[in-house]
Amino acid sequence: MDQHDISVIVNGQKIRRRVSARQHLIDFLRNDLSLTGSHLGCEHGVCGACTIQVDGVAVRGCLMLAVQADGATVDTIEGLTDSGAIADLQDAFHRYNALQCGFCTPGMLSTAAELVAQHPDADREEIRAHISGNYCRCTGYHSIVDAIASVLDDRRKARANGGAA
Amino acid sequence: MSGRPVVTPFDRPNSYIGRAVPRPNAKKLLQGRGTFVDDIVLPRMAHVVFVRSPHAHARIVGIDRTAAQEMPGVIAVVTGAELAKVITPWIGVLTHLKGLKSAPQHAIAIDRACWQGEAVAAVVAETRAEAEDAAETVVVDWEELPPVVDMETALDAATPVIHPELGDNLAFRRELVTGDVDGAFAAADHVFEEVFHTGRHTGVCLEPRAVLADYQPADGKLVAYQATQAPHMIQNLLAKHLDLNESDVRVICKDVGGSFGIKVHIYPDEMATAALSVLLKRPVKFIADRLESFVTDIHARDHRIKGRIAVKSDGEILAFEIDDRTGIGPYSVYPRTSAVEANQVVNLVGGPYKHKAYRASTEVVFQNKNVTCQYRAVGHPIACAVTEGLVDLAARKLGIDPADIRRRNLIPDDAYPYTGLAGLPYESLSHHASLEKLLALMDYDGLRAEQAELRKRGIYRGIGLASFIEVTNPSSAFYGIGGARISSQDGCSIRLDPTGTIICATGVTEQGQGTEAIIAQIAATAVGVTMEKVRVITGDTDATPYGGGTWASRGAGIGGEAALQAGKALRQNILSVAAAMLQAAPESLDIRNGVVVDADTGNERLPLEEIGRVVYFRPDTLPKGLQPEFVVTRHYVQKDYPFVFTNGIQGSYLEIDTETGFVTLLKHWCVEDCGTIINPQLVDEQIRGGVVQGLGGALFEHCIYDDRGQLVNGSMIDYLVPMAGEMPDIVVGHVVSPTASSELGAKGAGEAGTAGAPGAVMNAINDALLPLNVSLAAQPFTPESILTALGRVGARVG
Amino acid sequence: MKAPPFGYVKARELGQVFDLLDQHGDDAKILAGGQSLIPSLNLRLSRPAVLIDINAIADLQGIRETADSVIVGALTRHVVLETSPVIARHVPLVAQAMPQIAHPAIRNRGTIGGSLAFADPAAELPACALALEATFILRNRSDERRVPASGFFHGLFETDLRPGEVLAAIEFPKAMAGHRFAFAELARRHGDYAMIGMAAAAPQPGTLRLAYFGVADRPVLASAAAACLLRDGPQGLEAACAALAGDLSPSGDLNAGPQTKLHLAAVLLRRAIPSLFAPA
Ligand SMILES: Cc1cc2nc3c(=O)[nH]c(=O)nc-3n(C[C@H](O)[C@H](O)[C@H](O)COP(=O)(O)OP(=O)(O)OC[C@H]3O[C@@H](n4cnc5c(N)ncnc54)[C@H](O)[C@@H]3O)c2cc1C
Ligand code: FES
Ligand code: FES
Repeated sequence: MDQHDISVIVNGQKIRRRVSARQHLIDFLRNDLSLTGSHLGCEHGVCGACTIQVDGVAVRGCLMLAVQADGATVDTIEGLTDSGAIADLQDAFHRYNALQCGFCTPGMLSTAAELVAQHPDADREEIRAHISGNYCRCTGYHSIVDAIASVLDDRRKARANGGAA
Repeated sequence: MSGRPVVTPFDRPNSYIGRAVPRPNAKKLLQGRGTFVDDIVLPRMAHVVFVRSPHAHARIVGIDRTAAQEMPGVIAVVTGAELAKVITPWIGVLTHLKGLKSAPQHAIAIDRACWQGEAVAAVVAETRAEAEDAAETVVVDWEELPPVVDMETALDAATPVIHPELGDNLAFRRELVTGDVDGAFAAADHVFEEVFHTGRHTGVCLEPRAVLADYQPADGKLVAYQATQAPHMIQNLLAKHLDLNESDVRVICKDVGGSFGIKVHIYPDEMATAALSVLLKRPVKFIADRLESFVTDIHARDHRIKGRIAVKSDGEILAFEIDDRTGIGPYSVYPRTSAVEANQVVNLVGGPYKHKAYRASTEVVFQNKNVTCQYRAVGHPIACAVTEGLVDLAARKLGIDPADIRRRNLIPDDAYPYTGLAGLPYESLSHHASLEKLLALMDYDGLRAEQAELRKRGIYRGIGLASFIEVTNPSSAFYGIGGARISSQDGCSIRLDPTGTIICATGVTEQGQGTEAIIAQIAATAVGVTMEKVRVITGDTDATPYGGGTWASRGAGIGGEAALQAGKALRQNILSVAAAMLQAAPESLDIRNGVVVDADTGNERLPLEEIGRVVYFRPDTLPKGLQPEFVVTRHYVQKDYPFVFTNGIQGSYLEIDTETGFVTLLKHWCVEDCGTIINPQLVDEQIRGGVVQGLGGALFEHCIYDDRGQLVNGSMIDYLVPMAGEMPDIVVGHVVSPTASSELGAKGAGEAGTAGAPGAVMNAINDALLPLNVSLAAQPFTPESILTALGRVGARVG
Repeated sequence: MKAPPFGYVKARELGQVFDLLDQHGDDAKILAGGQSLIPSLNLRLSRPAVLIDINAIADLQGIRETADSVIVGALTRHVVLETSPVIARHVPLVAQAMPQIAHPAIRNRGTIGGSLAFADPAAELPACALALEATFILRNRSDERRVPASGFFHGLFETDLRPGEVLAAIEFPKAMAGHRFAFAELARRHGDYAMIGMAAAAPQPGTLRLAYFGVADRPVLASAAAACLLRDGPQGLEAACAALAGDLSPSGDLNAGPQTKLHLAAVLLRRAIPSLFAPA
């Protein structure tokens, strides 16, 4: 089987591993690195459960090969948690109960992280459009939209205060 | 949330009941540190992949696995006949569903596949990928048999009988007549009728079905890590069919990625996985692939119902009549059976109304499609859509406002106790209060005015209402009396530890509803500690009291009551020890925030840590005759009623683009009455999630089969689940009528959202199209079906 | 499901790609964004012996402007097109189409070249290319071929790409003063492939191309309908709608039968009229 040596920075740590060409990035993270926070809901790019950050942008981990991550920086829910980068989103998801079973949550948070970074003024409709590729069977989305909207609001306020100071 | 009034007698210091406490166990999920079955890895663990039938109905002439056995990583390739040596087949019948029949079903088919997707061989390998590689090389020699596909013709003489030993394709039939139905129809000023269809759906839990079975031959023990709603039921059935002692089977259910009734059944592939672990004497993991999920996770809701309503000219409803047909696949699912949904439809149609006559018949037929069984809100969305569709049909024809016809016919709020026409008692419902609350929340009159205004501009908006009743807190009338070992009682054990922490082990389970949070809130309240001092253990047959698990909206009502009683008893036990230590009367003391206080003044006397220290480490200092009991178990079963009914009503506001047939959901409302509300946020979120599942069924979701019994949209690309972009904001309101069948007074809320949403949407669509004289009754309502109804395009052929 | 086994080579330059294509022929597949190819591998619908990853090839990247065109490297990701000021200014039809394609995480990886080479008949970009008369720049080891969009799409997932060839870039004419365009699609859910869609471009007065997608095995120009509108302006609408039946003979799919598609094609056209005939 076609094997490749790769070197990846995963959650800030440099990792060297040998992977087979056909292995997608999520299987690599889950099976080889035991980073089980990234989930698989379809492996066809449709459900968004596997959404992670590669080189700072949200991607479907099931639609990228592990070997393609050679030289890249990968951040999973575990790393985003440890760095504190999405602490406000996690807190808002908790307060609004924007998760039930939690299976969609790591992917949803990765998508939301990109949204709040890129679209600081998104309204509810834009939030819905942005997360429209992340399936959640449990919540009905309303509370997820609430949680993201509240983070956007808080960040806007923080910016306004910062700007005034 | 803080503005919400405390609505219960639990309004005492240190009460968490009625409060929106964030779920303690959500944090790990937010950090990606949950433990789902696929996250668990055991030494020597193997992976199984099933070879599945590509045909709806075919005889297995032979299976050639020589190539597969030689593939890298392959451990075993096992056929149905081989597996049958370690696992016995089952028949999905219940004795109280009279006449229900089904055929023996094997974990892996032996000579014949009866639906596309049925497993016919298992390939076990070191990795999932290797198992898949090998599965592709298994060659099955098929002889195709004629499939029975159309439920309408399943009972025709010309249709082949799927299980000849059963005589015909009829699984179950029920007829019900209450009151003078013929008289009511004769006396009616009008009789309106409609044929309703509900589309076949499936659950699409984001986490696929999953089991990791670990048979340990040295002591004959089987540990199954399983994504399930009912661990003790699984334990019983694994033991029974694998011929193990029940006490040697342990089912562990950690985090579960959604269930909705999908994960409460016996699946042949999951049973086969356990059998393979026994056969191969090593851990075997099965994670359903998304494609196989579509053809093996239970389907539901495939009904055609002819409905009739008899009314007076003033809108008084005299009678309902329904004739239901449903196709359930080739087997009745074990052990809950596939007749329950149709049975529920019969029980629930017309439920909210005070008419006096009702006739219902249902026929449940076999066919060569995937099996159907209980999925969230079993039967409710069907019964609700039919009832509410007929009520609105009458209102439209008679020119009565939908709110008014409901005011006229809903059972009055002071009429309880009341017996529904299916013979089931309603303890106390609040249809009118709920209706009025909903109308106020919606600003119904304002919406009507807006609708009229916009109609002048060619914009078609519709408002739809749907009242419903919901079955919760089932007694053993549901399954137990039919012979299934599915517990309707549940227990909770609470232990006080030396640090003042309480550990609650409960038989109900968590799949995201917030069960653990609710149990913690109740236990904290009952004992008198803060939430931080509560740990909850669920989902382990070795560690929790025997119980039924979580289904039919029983977690809060049944599991919660057991926790309340256990907590209260532990509190008494603690207080009697404290009283001895303080030389005070137990009645004069209370426990608040983990401290024993004087009940009157609230003065702090003794922290629980101190009591724990003395009891566990210095019992010598306690009076001689005093034996503290700091573990208490209490059980609860609801015995007053077959089920505790709840009620509610939903409202939908939507816009139809009559040129494209697209429906835009503008907003949705639900008012429901789940009795005592333990955690308003969790209830609201259950409702919202449920509503969206109902909206999915109304507008998007549909398992489409072709005339050869092939599922043609069995992937997440083609089976359209509801996504954020199309879903509306959902407003939730409550009316509170606690049940007197328990001290807690909580009824269920898990299915209310799903129950009412499709009916509300259907009525809103038909309301929008009223000026165009068009109405629809077949879900899902797609752009094409709306355009067809509008006559803009012809009916689609083929 | 897991992908079947295959080999993988990360190509550093085009020459290497051509070598590999020569060596493996049909058994090799180019891997661009992977957002269509990897799903088909994970579905085991495709079994290449080797994937040639072109993501590192500098020659295929970037958006360049000439005096009257914009040349987009095949590896340009959807998100770059979506946010590029050059595209917004000079190829606004494409800019308008981009947000309709899939979802943000997929647009972060998917490429224009992959989308065009994949040639899904319900995809947005092929229709935009057709409406705009884009030119496809195809390269093999020795040659460069320029193929007009009208000659590129041959059928369901079939294109004019020959063995050994790579889609290197797409050249879009710059929008001129007085141009008009319209883009519309109907999808069951946000980001889904279209039930039906239309990309329309009138680069200068007296021209109009209506490219429909989601109607046949490839994007289709509704020429007779366009002719009606060119002849009679907005007054030609009814005739144009009637002409659509001849222009498109839609095939049905899960979401819509042929009649529905034809009906919707007319609705999209009607709705595009204000944009296409907006006063300057
Ligand atoms: C859930 C989901 C929803 C989607 N929805 C939409 C949608 O609504 N509309 C839409 O248009 N697309 C949609 N897509 C597809 C997406 O746009 C893809 O990115 C695109 O179709 C393919 O681009 P790619 O770069 O990912 O190509 P790849 O997947 O890498 O390749 C696709 C094909 O093109 C070939 N190829 C790629 N680049 C070249 C080249 N330079 N020369 C020759 N051959 C090449 C490959 O060999 C392969 O056969 C969706 C995808 C997903 C997963
Ligand atoms: S698992 Fe990657 S999108 Fe579903
Ligand atoms: S919380 Fe269960 S899928 Fe989103």
